[in-house]
Amino acid sequence: MLHAAVLLPFLAAFFIPFIYRGVKQVHLGWFVLLVPIVLFGYFLTFIENVLQGVHTLKTFEWIPSLSVNVTFFIDGLGLFFALLITGIGSLVVLYSIYYLSKAEKLGHFYVYLLLFMGAMLGVVLSDNLFVLYTFWELTSISSFLLIGYWYQREKSTSGALKSMMITVFGGLAMLGGFLMMADITGTTSIRGIIENAEMVVQSSLFPFILIMILLGAFTKSAQFPFHTWLPDAMEAPTPVSAFLHSATMVKAGIYLVARLSLIFAGTDLFFLIVSGFGLLTLCWGSYMAVRQTDLKAILAYSTISQLGMIMAMLGFGTELAVLAAVFHILNHATFKGSLFMVAGIIDHETGTRDIRRLGGLFTFMPITATLALFGTFSMAGFPLPFLNGFLSKEMFFDSSLKFQNASTIVESVSPFFPYLAVGGSIFTFVYSVMLFFRTFTGKQRDELPQKPHEAPIGMLLSPIALILLVIIIALVPDIFAHALLSPMVDSITGDVGETHIKFWHGFGPPLYMSLAVLALGTALYLTRTKWERVYNVLPGKLSAAKAYDGIINGLITGSKKLTNVYMTGSLRHYMIYILVFFVGLVGFTMSITGGFRIAFDDLAPLAAPEILIAIVMAIAAFGTIFMNNRIAAILVLGIVGYGLSLLFVFFRAPDLALTQLIVETVTVALFLLCFYHLPNFGKEKESKRTNAVNWIISISVGVLVTMIGIASHSTKFFEPISDYFLKNSYKMGGGDNVVNVILVDFRGLDTMLEILVLGLAALGIFTMIKLRPGKKEGND
Amino acid sequence: MEIIMSVLAGMLFTAGVYMMLQKQILKIVIGTALLSHGAHLFIITMGKLNRGKPPILSEDVTNYVDPLPQALILTSIVISFGVTSFLLVLAYRAYQTNGTDNMEKLRGNDNE
Repeated sequence: MLHAAVLLPFLAAFFIPFIYRGVKQVHLGWFVLLVPIVLFGYFLTFIENVLQGVHTLKTFEWIPSLSVNVTFFIDGLGLFFALLITGIGSLVVLYSIYYLSKAEKLGHFYVYLLLFMGAMLGVVLSDNLFVLYTFWELTSISSFLLIGYWYQREKSTSGALKSMMITVFGGLAMLGGFLMMADITGTTSIRGIIENAEMVVQSSLFPFILIMILLGAFTKSAQFPFHTWLPDAMEAPTPVSAFLHSATMVKAGIYLVARLSLIFAGTDLFFLIVSGFGLLTLCWGSYMAVRQTDLKAILAYSTISQLGMIMAMLGFGTELAVLAAVFHILNHATFKGSLFMVAGIIDHETGTRDIRRLGGLFTFMPITATLALFGTFSMAGFPLPFLNGFLSKEMFFDSSLKFQNASTIVESVSPFFPYLAVGGSIFTFVYSVMLFFRTFTGKQRDELPQKPHEAPIGMLLSPIALILLVIIIALVPDIFAHALLSPMVDSITGDVGETHIKFWHGFGPPLYMSLAVLALGTALYLTRTKWERVYNVLPGKLSAAKAYDGIINGLITGSKKLTNVYMTGSLRHYMIYILVFFVGLVGFTMSITGGFRIAFDDLAPLAAPEILIAIVMAIAAFGTIFMNNRIAAILVLGIVGYGLSLLFVFFRAPDLALTQLIVETVTVALFLLCFYHLPNFGKEKESKRTNAVNWIISISVGVLVTMIGIASHSTKFFEPISDYFLKNSYKMGGGDNVVNVILVDFRGLDTMLEILVLGLAALGIFTMIKLRPGKKEGND
Repeated sequence: MEIIMSVLAGMLFTAGVYMMLQKQILKIVIGTALLSHGAHLFIITMGKLNRGKPPILSEDVTNYVDPLPQALILTSIVISFGVTSFLLVLAYRAYQTNGTDNMEKLRGNDNE
């Protein structure tokens, strides 16, 4: 049943194109909407079980030989994310029905969206590292497809490519970490590894494992300096931004860190990296958001900064911090989801998202404006009892102050954390306020592309639902804390403490921090024109996007240069590479395995005629090199061939001798036919260096071949299979000539393919002689 | 005898490889022909030489030479004949089309 639930979106994605073709009157979204709603209802039924501590586990053996099983596992953490994905998913699909007109390629859109939904469910529910990885990359791919949905726009495709490059790079690093972890613990199950967490932490590879896995999490969750793909991902249709790039996919990294917290948390390295980068991302994201002018770009940087904040709290690792983190995941999904939808509405109804052109929209779209008011003020952490953002932000401040049982490193670093937290939050306050006031108040600045008016009710439904959630969560947080958050904290930290969330904490440092944010934020907002120039200093000309472009361009030009160094187009060079590697590899293997051996005890007796022929052949072979005349060279080559057929006679191989004789005759005739059409050997002399290189290479090949030949008959590892042919030739093949029986019977297939080769060669020859390049194409 | 034949095979390889590293197509084709001669000699030597009668069954003989290398070589002779003739015609056509038989001049261009 659980497998069917994860499979459902994929199945639906498969059938969507058929429905799209068949039913034209109804917007495709209505059919799609059923999927997340059904799944949401299904996952709701698990809450009771999870609360009682019953974890559902369903296994399907996929690749048993590698112990890769599709095991789905529902605990508090997985369930919360599953509900988030399907819940927000339902609202986003509903919203998209009004956002995307029927003229768009809806079939593509919903197929990608469903793919993503299934993949994301797979990520948060799977218990197997490698299944998780597979789904993880599938989310990257569906995100790529969705960002590039309007593929005729250049920005969309480049944004899609960027997100793909960065997230897949992180994904690969993560896979490396997973492999090491699975190797150390001997299990691929996440629960199994958590049980053996000690083995991972005490392993000498631990720093690598941690850093590689965190690379995956940080790239996916857009942590500094990998955040640069997220603003570019805003080219996607707004429902996608609301769903993937704020509520769910970018939280996959958070999920991963949370899921593996039981393994890593408690180590200083984990603490330093995760909370350090988290706080850095919080500050940088909010600082950069103030500078943006595009509504969605502001929201993108704001998402980056909020993700950093959640990441930092997971890094703190205290029970309070983790509770605050999971609470904020929920809150962020509600207010940021609704804000994205509001941004989409503004774009849809006015034709622009540029806040420099917007203003005074309150009178035109009062409902949207009210929604935005709640959303932005919740995001800012405005101290009002009906804004959930304030509750989790205050918990964040609180948790940045309290570190128990801390090691020396934690103790020496943690005093800075409250300042960073306040600093990031001040800018959060500034951009939130800016987002609202510059869009909805003041005077309308210039003519908008469309005359603004209130959005249709269907489009408003989803953001209204989310804003209602903002208020409900803020008013009765304990219901959510009890049903959803405490099982999650249990999954992340391993034990449940007190999960009571309240608005009023009394006078204390967290409240003072909130008030400081309020006061300083207001001041900064009002004076922003005076300090805006600071952005010329920091970041100035630095930007992660430029670094990304530089790296990508460098890689492309670098690999081109490298390729040009060895891909010279000269056949001789390619031959040299092949031969040098042949000599190097075989020679090296022979020398380290002691493969060369020479035995004199089991040799055929020497005979004068054979030796004589051998000498003649050797002279003739080298003779071809020094001949300046074509005919002479060809005839001398003939001597080698005829000598070989004579040798075959001495070596008791009558069939070979006959064949060789005929083939040699025909070959010489062919050579003589062809040489007439080819120019004579050039008189131009090669440089001494080229000649020396040629000689060195050819002699080393020759020596190596001789050594292999001698070694091969001097060593005997096993009985040859030749006796089998001698014994069975008559019995099974019905022939006395063993060689013939082998060719046409025992190894008949080889001979058939040999005929095929000859046939192809004949066809090739025929084509080359007959076919003349068409004059019409104008090539020749 | 096996040692002498191994040395001869090595010499054929040397000459063949040297010819293949030249510029002119005809020399390269001669090189491949020498290389296949060397390979045939090499294979038959690996199966030990002159240890019995030719592998044609008759009642009063109990000892035959190894038939397997011979079967392999027979296949190979025919195939190398096919390859040599193909290369020759290729050389002919390449010269006719391009007006040169110098491989260093036949490097293609960047767009390929």
